[in-house]
Amino acid sequence: MAPQPYLMIYVKPDKCDFCGACVGVCPEDAIELKEAEINIIEERCTNCRKCVWACPWEVIEFHREGITELPKILEALNDPVPF
Amino acid sequence: MQLTYDIIVVGGGPSGSTAARYAAAAGAKVLILEKDRDIGYPVRCGEAVSHSGLIQFIEPDTRWIASTVTKFKMFAPNGNFINPKLDDWGYVLERRIFDYELAKLAVKEGAKVVTKAYVYDLLRENSTVVGVRALIKDVKTEIRAKIIIGADGVESRVGKWAGIDTTCHIRDMESCAQMMLSGITIEPETLEFYLGDEVAPEGYLWIFPKGKNSANVGIGISVEKAKKKAAIRYLEEFVAKRFSNAAMLTHIAGGVPAAKTLPKLVAHNVMLVGDAAHQVNPLSGGGIITGMIGGMLAGQTAAEALQKNDLQFLKEYEKRWQKRLGWRHELFYNIKNSSSMLNDETLNKICNKVSQLPVEKQTLGAIFRTALWNEPSVLLDIAKVFIS
Repeated sequence: MAPQPYLMIYVKPDKCDFCGACVGVCPEDAIELKEAEINIIEERCTNCRKCVWACPWEVIEFHREGITELPKILEALNDPVPF
Repeated sequence: MQLTYDIIVVGGGPSGSTAARYAAAAGAKVLILEKDRDIGYPVRCGEAVSHSGLIQFIEPDTRWIASTVTKFKMFAPNGNFINPKLDDWGYVLERRIFDYELAKLAVKEGAKVVTKAYVYDLLRENSTVVGVRALIKDVKTEIRAKIIIGADGVESRVGKWAGIDTTCHIRDMESCAQMMLSGITIEPETLEFYLGDEVAPEGYLWIFPKGKNSANVGIGISVEKAKKKAAIRYLEEFVAKRFSNAAMLTHIAGGVPAAKTLPKLVAHNVMLVGDAAHQVNPLSGGGIITGMIGGMLAGQTAAEALQKNDLQFLKEYEKRWQKRLGWRHELFYNIKNSSSMLNDETLNKICNKVSQLPVEKQTLGAIFRTALWNEPSVLLDIAKVFIS
Protein backbone atom coordinates (compact mmCIF):
# COMPACT_ATOMS: atom_id res chain seq x y z
CA MET A 1 0.00 0.00 0.00
CA ALA A 2 1.34 3.40 -0.93
CA PRO A 3 1.73 6.11 1.67
CA GLN A 4 -1.37 8.29 1.92
CA PRO A 5 -1.48 12.02 1.25
CA TYR A 6 -1.77 12.83 4.92
CA LEU A 7 -1.66 11.14 8.31
CA MET A 8 -4.99 10.01 9.75
CA ILE A 9 -3.69 8.08 12.76
CA TYR A 10 -3.71 9.87 16.07
CA VAL A 11 -2.26 8.57 19.34
CA LYS A 12 -3.94 10.27 22.28
CA PRO A 13 -1.21 11.93 24.28
CA ASP A 14 -0.86 10.88 27.94
CA LYS A 15 -3.12 7.86 27.55
CA CYS A 16 -0.70 5.44 25.87
CA ASP A 17 0.67 2.59 27.98
CA PHE A 18 3.58 2.00 25.52
CA CYS A 19 2.72 -1.71 25.33
CA GLY A 20 3.75 -2.23 21.72
CA ALA A 21 0.70 -4.12 20.45
CA CYS A 22 0.39 -1.53 17.67
CA VAL A 23 4.04 -1.92 16.65
CA GLY A 24 3.59 -5.69 16.44
CA VAL A 25 0.86 -5.43 13.80
CA CYS A 26 2.28 -2.48 11.83
CA PRO A 27 3.27 -3.80 8.39
CA GLU A 28 5.23 -0.65 7.48
CA ASP A 29 7.57 -0.31 10.51
CA ALA A 30 5.92 3.09 10.91
CA ILE A 31 5.71 3.25 14.70
CA GLU A 32 8.59 4.21 16.92
CA LEU A 33 8.23 3.22 20.56
CA LYS A 34 10.58 4.38 23.28
CA GLU A 35 10.38 4.00 27.05
CA ALA A 36 7.56 6.51 27.36
CA GLU A 37 7.20 8.01 23.91
CA ILE A 38 5.39 6.87 20.80
CA ASN A 39 5.63 8.37 17.32
CA ILE A 40 3.89 7.54 14.09
CA ILE A 41 6.41 7.92 11.26
CA GLU A 42 4.31 9.89 8.82
CA GLU A 43 6.33 9.09 5.68
CA ARG A 44 5.79 5.37 6.18
CA CYS A 45 2.27 5.24 7.58
CA THR A 46 -0.40 4.10 5.10
CA ASN A 47 -3.32 4.76 7.47
CA CYS A 48 -4.21 1.05 7.33
CA ARG A 49 -5.71 1.24 10.85
CA LYS A 50 -4.26 -2.05 12.13
CA CYS A 51 -2.70 -0.19 15.06
CA VAL A 52 -6.08 1.37 15.85
CA TRP A 53 -7.68 -2.07 16.12
CA ALA A 54 -4.77 -3.60 18.04
CA CYS A 55 -4.71 -0.98 20.77
CA PRO A 56 -6.27 -2.60 23.85
CA TRP A 57 -7.09 0.73 25.49
CA GLU A 58 -8.55 2.69 22.54
CA VAL A 59 -5.66 5.11 22.66
CA ILE A 60 -5.08 5.22 18.89
CA GLU A 61 -7.73 6.87 16.76
CA PHE A 62 -8.45 7.12 13.06
CA HIS A 63 -9.42 10.52 11.71
CA ARG A 64 -10.36 10.54 8.05
CA GLU A 65 -9.99 14.30 7.86
CA GLY A 66 -6.34 13.99 8.85
CA ILE A 67 -4.73 14.77 12.15
CA THR A 68 -3.08 18.07 11.25
CA GLU A 69 -6.44 19.77 11.82
CA LEU A 70 -7.11 17.73 14.93
CA PRO A 71 -5.60 19.94 17.62
CA LYS A 72 -7.71 22.78 16.25
CA ILE A 73 -10.85 20.65 16.25
CA LEU A 74 -10.19 19.45 19.80
CA GLU A 75 -9.65 22.99 20.93
CA ALA A 76 -12.92 24.03 19.31
CA LEU A 77 -14.73 21.20 21.07
CA ASN A 78 -13.27 22.27 24.39
CA ASP A 79 -15.37 25.39 24.39
CA PRO A 80 -18.38 24.64 22.22
CA VAL A 81 -20.83 27.33 21.32
CA PRO A 82 -23.70 25.26 19.99
CA PHE A 83 -26.00 28.09 18.90
CA MET B 1 31.51 1.92 28.97
CA GLN B 2 32.98 -0.84 26.86
CA LEU B 3 31.84 -0.58 23.23
CA THR B 4 32.79 -3.97 21.75
CA TYR B 5 31.22 -7.33 22.59
CA ASP B 6 30.73 -10.76 21.10
CA ILE B 7 26.97 -10.58 21.46
CA ILE B 8 24.50 -7.75 22.05
CA VAL B 9 21.08 -8.77 23.35
CA VAL B 10 18.41 -6.15 22.69
CA GLY B 11 15.84 -6.44 25.48
CA GLY B 12 16.12 -7.49 29.11
CA GLY B 13 13.01 -9.65 29.55
CA PRO B 14 13.09 -13.38 30.34
CA SER B 15 14.12 -14.41 26.80
CA GLY B 16 16.87 -11.81 26.52
CA SER B 17 18.32 -12.49 29.96
CA THR B 18 18.24 -16.23 29.36
CA ALA B 19 19.94 -15.88 25.97
CA ALA B 20 22.62 -13.74 27.61
CA ARG B 21 23.00 -16.15 30.50
CA TYR B 22 23.65 -19.21 28.34
CA ALA B 23 25.88 -17.38 25.88
CA ALA B 24 27.96 -15.88 28.69
CA ALA B 25 28.18 -19.24 30.47
CA ALA B 26 29.74 -20.63 27.30
CA GLY B 27 32.39 -17.92 27.33
CA ALA B 28 30.95 -15.14 25.16
CA LYS B 29 31.24 -11.45 26.06
CA VAL B 30 27.62 -10.36 26.25
CA LEU B 31 25.83 -7.04 26.69
CA ILE B 32 22.10 -6.68 27.41
CA LEU B 33 20.52 -3.37 26.37
CA GLU B 34 17.16 -2.61 28.00
CA LYS B 35 15.13 0.37 26.76
CA ASP B 36 13.29 0.95 30.03
CA ARG B 37 15.09 2.27 33.07
CA ASP B 38 14.28 -0.84 35.08
CA ILE B 39 14.64 -4.51 34.29
CA GLY B 40 11.25 -6.10 34.98
CA TYR B 41 9.17 -2.95 34.92
CA PRO B 42 6.63 -2.17 33.62
CA VAL B 43 5.14 -5.65 33.82
CA ARG B 44 2.98 -6.60 30.84
CA CYS B 45 2.03 -10.15 31.61
CA GLY B 46 -0.52 -12.48 33.19
CA GLU B 47 2.45 -13.95 35.10
CA ALA B 48 1.42 -17.63 35.20
CA VAL B 49 3.99 -20.40 34.66
CA SER B 50 4.10 -24.14 35.25
CA HIS B 51 6.41 -25.66 37.84
CA SER B 52 7.94 -28.08 35.35
CA GLY B 53 8.65 -25.26 32.92
CA LEU B 54 10.18 -23.03 35.54
CA ILE B 55 12.58 -25.50 37.16
CA GLN B 56 14.41 -25.97 33.89
CA PHE B 57 15.86 -22.55 34.56
CA ILE B 58 15.53 -21.48 38.18
CA GLU B 59 14.54 -22.86 41.57
CA PRO B 60 11.17 -21.47 42.72
CA ASP B 61 11.65 -18.77 45.34
CA THR B 62 8.95 -17.17 47.51
CA ARG B 63 10.47 -13.74 46.83
CA TRP B 64 9.02 -13.74 43.33
CA ILE B 65 6.11 -16.12 43.67
CA ALA B 66 2.78 -14.45 44.45
CA SER B 67 0.72 -17.63 44.44
CA THR B 68 1.08 -21.35 43.99
CA VAL B 69 -1.74 -22.74 41.90
CA THR B 70 -2.89 -26.37 41.94
CA LYS B 71 -6.30 -26.15 40.30
CA PHE B 72 -7.66 -25.16 37.00
CA LYS B 73 -11.20 -24.04 36.29
CA MET B 74 -12.49 -23.51 32.81
CA PHE B 75 -15.83 -21.86 32.14
CA ALA B 76 -17.65 -22.77 28.95
CA PRO B 77 -19.56 -20.05 27.09
CA ASN B 78 -22.85 -21.13 28.72
CA GLY B 79 -21.40 -20.65 32.22
CA ASN B 80 -20.87 -24.32 33.07
CA PHE B 81 -17.41 -25.15 34.23
CA ILE B 82 -15.01 -28.01 34.64
CA ASN B 83 -12.42 -28.27 37.32
CA PRO B 84 -9.94 -30.93 36.22
CA LYS B 85 -7.21 -32.23 38.47
CA LEU B 86 -3.73 -31.29 37.46
CA ASP B 87 -0.66 -33.49 37.36
CA ASP B 88 1.58 -30.47 37.54
CA TRP B 89 1.18 -27.29 39.51
CA GLY B 90 2.12 -23.76 38.71
CA TYR B 91 2.87 -20.30 39.98
CA VAL B 92 1.72 -16.76 39.49
CA LEU B 93 4.89 -14.72 39.52
CA GLU B 94 5.92 -11.26 40.57
CA ARG B 95 7.54 -10.55 37.21
CA ARG B 96 9.01 -7.36 38.54
CA ILE B 97 11.30 -9.35 40.83
CA PHE B 98 11.48 -12.48 38.70
CA ASP B 99 12.96 -10.58 35.75
CA TYR B 100 15.59 -9.09 38.05
CA GLU B 101 16.60 -12.57 39.17
CA LEU B 102 16.94 -13.76 35.58
CA ALA B 103 19.09 -10.75 34.74
CA LYS B 104 21.23 -11.46 37.83
CA LEU B 105 21.77 -15.02 36.61
CA ALA B 106 23.07 -13.60 33.33
CA VAL B 107 25.31 -11.15 35.18
CA LYS B 108 26.63 -13.98 37.35
CA GLU B 109 27.84 -15.67 34.16
CA GLY B 110 29.61 -12.48 33.13
CA ALA B 111 27.03 -10.60 31.05
CA LYS B 112 26.79 -6.80 31.28
CA VAL B 113 23.48 -4.95 31.53
CA VAL B 114 22.71 -1.36 30.57
CA THR B 115 19.24 0.09 31.13
CA LYS B 116 17.61 3.14 29.57
CA ALA B 117 19.37 2.03 26.41
CA TYR B 118 17.10 2.44 23.40
CA VAL B 119 18.34 0.70 20.27
CA TYR B 120 17.12 2.65 17.25
CA ASP B 121 19.00 0.97 14.41
CA LEU B 122 21.54 -1.66 13.45
CA LEU B 123 25.08 -0.51 12.81
CA ARG B 124 26.32 -1.56 9.37
CA GLU B 125 29.60 -1.58 7.52
CA ASN B 126 29.56 -2.53 3.82
CA SER B 127 26.00 -3.78 4.36
CA THR B 128 27.14 -6.18 7.10
CA VAL B 129 25.63 -5.75 10.55
CA VAL B 130 28.48 -4.95 12.94
CA GLY B 131 26.53 -3.72 15.97
CA VAL B 132 23.73 -1.42 17.05
CA ARG B 133 23.03 2.27 17.29
CA ALA B 134 21.55 3.17 20.63
CA LEU B 135 20.52 6.09 22.76
CA ILE B 136 22.22 5.27 26.05
CA LYS B 137 20.75 7.56 28.67
CA ASP B 138 19.86 9.82 25.75
CA VAL B 139 23.40 9.87 24.24
CA LYS B 140 23.86 8.47 20.73
CA THR B 141 26.23 5.52 21.02
CA GLU B 142 27.56 2.93 18.57
CA ILE B 143 28.22 -0.47 20.08
CA ARG B 144 29.84 -3.26 18.11
CA ALA B 145 29.26 -6.99 18.28
CA LYS B 146 29.63 -10.08 16.11
CA ILE B 147 26.10 -11.28 16.84
CA ILE B 148 22.89 -9.38 17.67
CA ILE B 149 20.07 -11.14 19.49
CA GLY B 150 16.71 -9.36 19.17
CA ALA B 151 14.74 -10.00 22.37
CA ASP B 152 12.79 -6.81 21.91
CA GLY B 153 9.34 -8.19 22.42
CA VAL B 154 6.08 -7.85 20.58
CA GLU B 155 7.20 -4.42 19.36
CA SER B 156 10.37 -5.90 17.85
CA ARG B 157 12.06 -3.86 15.17
CA VAL B 158 15.47 -5.54 15.26
CA GLY B 159 14.18 -8.33 13.02
CA LYS B 160 12.66 -5.86 10.55
CA TRP B 161 15.92 -3.97 10.28
CA ALA B 162 17.70 -7.24 9.53
CA GLY B 163 15.21 -8.17 6.82
CA ILE B 164 12.96 -10.53 8.79
CA ASP B 165 9.27 -9.72 8.54
CA THR B 166 8.11 -9.82 12.16
CA THR B 167 4.70 -8.27 11.51
CA CYS B 168 2.00 -10.26 13.25
CA HIS B 169 -1.23 -10.79 11.31
CA ILE B 170 -4.16 -9.13 13.05
CA ARG B 171 -5.93 -12.49 13.22
CA ASP B 172 -3.05 -13.82 15.33
CA MET B 173 -2.28 -10.84 17.52
CA GLU B 174 -4.11 -10.91 20.84
CA SER B 175 -5.03 -7.47 22.08
CA CYS B 176 -4.74 -7.69 25.87
CA ALA B 177 -5.74 -5.68 28.90
CA GLN B 178 -5.27 -6.60 32.52
CA MET B 179 -6.12 -5.18 35.92
CA MET B 180 -4.53 -6.15 39.20
CA LEU B 181 -7.52 -6.21 41.50
CA SER B 182 -7.39 -6.31 45.27
CA GLY B 183 -10.01 -6.76 47.96
CA ILE B 184 -11.73 -9.50 45.99
CA THR B 185 -12.94 -13.00 46.76
CA ILE B 186 -11.21 -15.64 44.68
CA GLU B 187 -10.06 -19.21 44.99
CA PRO B 188 -6.42 -18.65 45.90
CA GLU B 189 -5.08 -21.84 44.30
CA THR B 190 -7.12 -21.82 41.12
CA LEU B 191 -6.40 -20.44 37.67
CA GLU B 192 -9.73 -19.49 36.11
CA PHE B 193 -10.39 -19.23 32.39
CA TYR B 194 -13.53 -17.94 30.69
CA LEU B 195 -14.22 -18.81 27.09
CA GLY B 196 -16.80 -17.73 24.54
CA ASP B 197 -17.74 -15.04 22.07
CA GLU B 198 -19.57 -12.93 24.60
CA VAL B 199 -16.79 -12.79 27.20
CA ALA B 200 -13.68 -12.94 25.04
CA PRO B 201 -14.07 -13.61 21.29
CA GLU B 202 -11.11 -15.49 19.79
CA GLY B 203 -9.30 -15.44 23.09
CA TYR B 204 -10.08 -15.88 26.75
CA LEU B 205 -10.42 -14.02 30.00
CA TRP B 206 -8.30 -15.06 32.96
CA ILE B 207 -8.22 -14.71 36.72
CA PHE B 208 -4.79 -15.56 38.10
CA PRO B 209 -4.57 -15.25 41.91
CA LYS B 210 -1.89 -13.11 43.49
CA GLY B 211 -2.15 -13.88 47.16
CA LYS B 212 -5.43 -14.44 48.95
CA ASN B 213 -7.49 -11.43 47.99
CA SER B 214 -5.84 -10.16 44.85
CA ALA B 215 -5.59 -11.34 41.26
CA ASN B 216 -4.49 -10.49 37.77
CA VAL B 217 -7.77 -10.23 35.89
CA GLY B 218 -7.07 -9.95 32.21
CA ILE B 219 -8.29 -10.58 28.72
CA GLY B 220 -6.87 -11.27 25.30
CA ILE B 221 -8.98 -11.12 22.15
CA SER B 222 -7.87 -11.27 18.54
CA VAL B 223 -7.30 -7.91 16.92
CA GLU B 224 -9.72 -9.06 14.22
CA LYS B 225 -12.47 -9.12 16.87
CA ALA B 226 -11.16 -6.00 18.59
CA LYS B 227 -12.05 -3.97 15.46
CA LYS B 228 -15.61 -3.76 16.76
CA LYS B 229 -14.92 -3.52 20.49
CA ALA B 230 -11.64 -3.01 22.28
CA ALA B 231 -10.23 -5.48 24.81
CA ILE B 232 -10.61 -3.03 27.68
CA ARG B 233 -14.40 -2.80 27.05
CA TYR B 234 -14.84 -6.56 27.47
CA LEU B 235 -12.69 -6.53 30.59
CA GLU B 236 -14.55 -3.62 32.16
CA GLU B 237 -17.88 -5.36 31.59
CA PHE B 238 -16.66 -8.55 33.25
CA VAL B 239 -15.09 -6.77 36.20
CA ALA B 240 -18.21 -4.63 36.76
CA LYS B 241 -20.28 -7.79 37.03
CA ARG B 242 -17.95 -10.02 38.97
CA PHE B 243 -15.80 -7.67 41.08
CA SER B 244 -17.82 -4.49 41.40
CA ASN B 245 -16.20 -3.50 44.71
CA ALA B 246 -12.61 -4.24 43.80
CA ALA B 247 -9.71 -1.84 44.11
CA MET B 248 -7.72 -1.63 40.90
CA LEU B 249 -4.03 -1.39 41.81
CA THR B 250 -2.58 -1.45 38.32
CA HIS B 251 -3.89 -1.65 34.81
CA ILE B 252 -1.83 -2.61 31.81
CA ALA B 253 -2.16 -3.16 28.10
CA GLY B 254 -0.31 -5.56 25.88
CA GLY B 255 -0.10 -7.46 22.64
CA VAL B 256 0.56 -11.20 22.43
CA PRO B 257 1.63 -12.69 19.09
CA ALA B 258 -0.36 -15.95 19.27
CA ALA B 259 1.03 -17.16 15.97
CA LYS B 260 3.25 -19.85 14.55
CA THR B 261 6.91 -19.14 15.22
CA LEU B 262 8.45 -16.98 12.50
CA PRO B 263 9.81 -19.25 9.76
CA LYS B 264 13.04 -17.29 9.82
CA LEU B 265 14.73 -16.66 13.18
CA VAL B 266 18.20 -15.87 11.87
CA ALA B 267 19.34 -13.36 9.27
CA HIS B 268 23.09 -13.63 8.86
CA ASN B 269 24.33 -12.57 12.34
CA VAL B 270 21.00 -11.37 13.75
CA MET B 271 18.84 -13.78 15.78
CA LEU B 272 15.37 -13.36 17.29
CA VAL B 273 14.04 -14.84 20.55
CA GLY B 274 10.86 -14.70 22.62
CA ASP B 275 7.87 -12.58 21.57
CA ALA B 276 10.03 -10.98 18.86
CA ALA B 277 10.35 -14.44 17.29
CA HIS B 278 6.68 -15.30 17.94
CA GLN B 279 7.71 -18.07 20.31
CA VAL B 280 4.53 -17.71 22.33
CA ASN B 281 2.38 -20.80 22.66
CA PRO B 282 -0.33 -19.81 20.17
CA LEU B 283 -3.16 -21.54 22.01
CA SER B 284 -2.50 -20.49 25.59
CA GLY B 285 -0.73 -17.21 24.87
CA GLY B 286 1.88 -18.26 27.43
CA GLY B 287 5.31 -17.00 26.49
CA ILE B 288 7.54 -16.82 29.58
CA ILE B 289 8.93 -20.36 29.59
CA THR B 290 8.72 -20.79 25.82
CA GLY B 291 10.62 -17.54 25.36
CA MET B 292 13.24 -18.64 27.87
CA ILE B 293 13.67 -21.91 25.99
CA GLY B 294 14.11 -19.90 22.78
CA GLY B 295 16.59 -17.67 24.58
CA MET B 296 18.58 -20.61 25.88
CA LEU B 297 18.78 -22.26 22.45
CA ALA B 298 19.79 -18.99 20.79
CA GLY B 299 22.39 -18.16 23.46
CA GLN B 300 23.95 -21.61 23.29
CA THR B 301 23.98 -21.65 19.50
CA ALA B 302 25.50 -18.17 19.33
CA ALA B 303 28.31 -19.15 21.70
CA GLU B 304 29.01 -22.28 19.68
CA ALA B 305 29.09 -20.30 16.44
CA LEU B 306 31.65 -17.95 17.98
CA GLN B 307 33.78 -20.86 19.13
CA LYS B 308 33.63 -22.41 15.68
CA ASN B 309 34.20 -18.95 14.16
CA ASP B 310 31.36 -19.79 11.80
CA LEU B 311 28.31 -17.52 11.71
CA GLN B 312 26.59 -19.91 9.30
CA PHE B 313 26.19 -22.15 12.31
CA LEU B 314 23.61 -19.72 13.75
CA LYS B 315 21.04 -21.29 11.41
CA GLU B 316 21.24 -24.34 13.66
CA TYR B 317 19.16 -22.36 16.17
CA GLU B 318 16.13 -22.50 13.86
CA LYS B 319 16.40 -26.30 13.68
CA ARG B 320 16.84 -26.65 17.43
CA TRP B 321 13.81 -24.50 18.14
CA GLN B 322 11.70 -26.38 15.62
CA LYS B 323 12.68 -29.69 17.17
CA ARG B 324 12.10 -28.52 20.73
CA LEU B 325 8.88 -26.48 20.53
CA GLY B 326 8.29 -25.15 17.01
CA TRP B 327 6.52 -28.31 15.83
CA ARG B 328 4.16 -28.24 18.80
CA HIS B 329 3.33 -24.63 18.29
CA GLU B 330 2.37 -25.42 14.69
CA LEU B 331 -0.06 -28.00 15.98
CA PHE B 332 -1.50 -25.66 18.61
CA TYR B 333 -1.84 -22.95 16.01
CA ASN B 334 -3.87 -25.23 13.77
CA ILE B 335 -6.14 -26.15 16.68
CA LYS B 336 -6.66 -22.49 17.46
CA ASN B 337 -7.57 -21.72 13.88
CA SER B 338 -9.99 -24.57 13.43
CA SER B 339 -13.22 -22.70 14.07
CA SER B 340 -15.28 -25.87 14.37
CA MET B 341 -13.12 -26.83 17.34
CA LEU B 342 -13.31 -23.59 19.21
CA ASN B 343 -16.88 -22.47 18.63
CA ASP B 344 -19.19 -21.88 21.55
CA GLU B 345 -21.39 -24.87 20.80
CA THR B 346 -18.57 -27.40 20.86
CA LEU B 347 -17.05 -25.97 24.00
CA ASN B 348 -20.41 -26.10 25.78
CA LYS B 349 -20.98 -29.68 24.69
CA ILE B 350 -17.65 -30.98 25.91
CA CYS B 351 -17.79 -29.08 29.15
CA ASN B 352 -21.29 -30.38 29.79
CA LYS B 353 -20.31 -34.03 29.26
CA VAL B 354 -17.30 -33.80 31.53
CA SER B 355 -19.13 -31.94 34.28
CA GLN B 356 -21.63 -34.81 34.50
CA LEU B 357 -18.86 -37.13 35.61
CA PRO B 358 -18.24 -37.62 39.34
CA VAL B 359 -15.75 -35.02 40.56
CA GLU B 360 -12.97 -37.53 41.09
CA LYS B 361 -13.28 -38.62 37.48
CA GLN B 362 -13.05 -35.12 36.08
CA THR B 363 -9.50 -35.63 35.00
CA LEU B 364 -7.67 -34.57 31.90
CA GLY B 365 -8.04 -38.12 30.64
CA ALA B 366 -11.81 -37.89 30.98
CA ILE B 367 -11.85 -34.63 29.11
CA PHE B 368 -9.74 -36.21 26.42
CA ARG B 369 -12.09 -39.15 25.96
CA THR B 370 -15.18 -36.97 26.03
CA ALA B 371 -13.66 -34.62 23.57
CA LEU B 372 -12.76 -37.48 21.26
CA TRP B 373 -16.31 -38.80 21.29
CA ASN B 374 -17.59 -35.36 20.51
CA GLU B 375 -15.15 -35.05 17.61
CA PRO B 376 -12.49 -32.46 18.39
CA SER B 377 -9.97 -32.91 21.14
CA VAL B 378 -10.01 -29.24 21.77
CA LEU B 379 -10.58 -29.02 25.47
CA LEU B 380 -7.92 -31.49 26.30
CA ASP B 381 -5.52 -29.73 24.05
CA ILE B 382 -6.34 -26.45 25.65
CA ALA B 383 -6.02 -27.84 29.16
CA LYS B 384 -2.74 -29.55 28.35
CA VAL B 385 -1.36 -26.45 26.81
CA PHE B 386 -2.19 -24.27 29.76
CA ILE B 387 -0.49 -26.47 32.29
CA SER B 388 2.50 -27.83 30.42
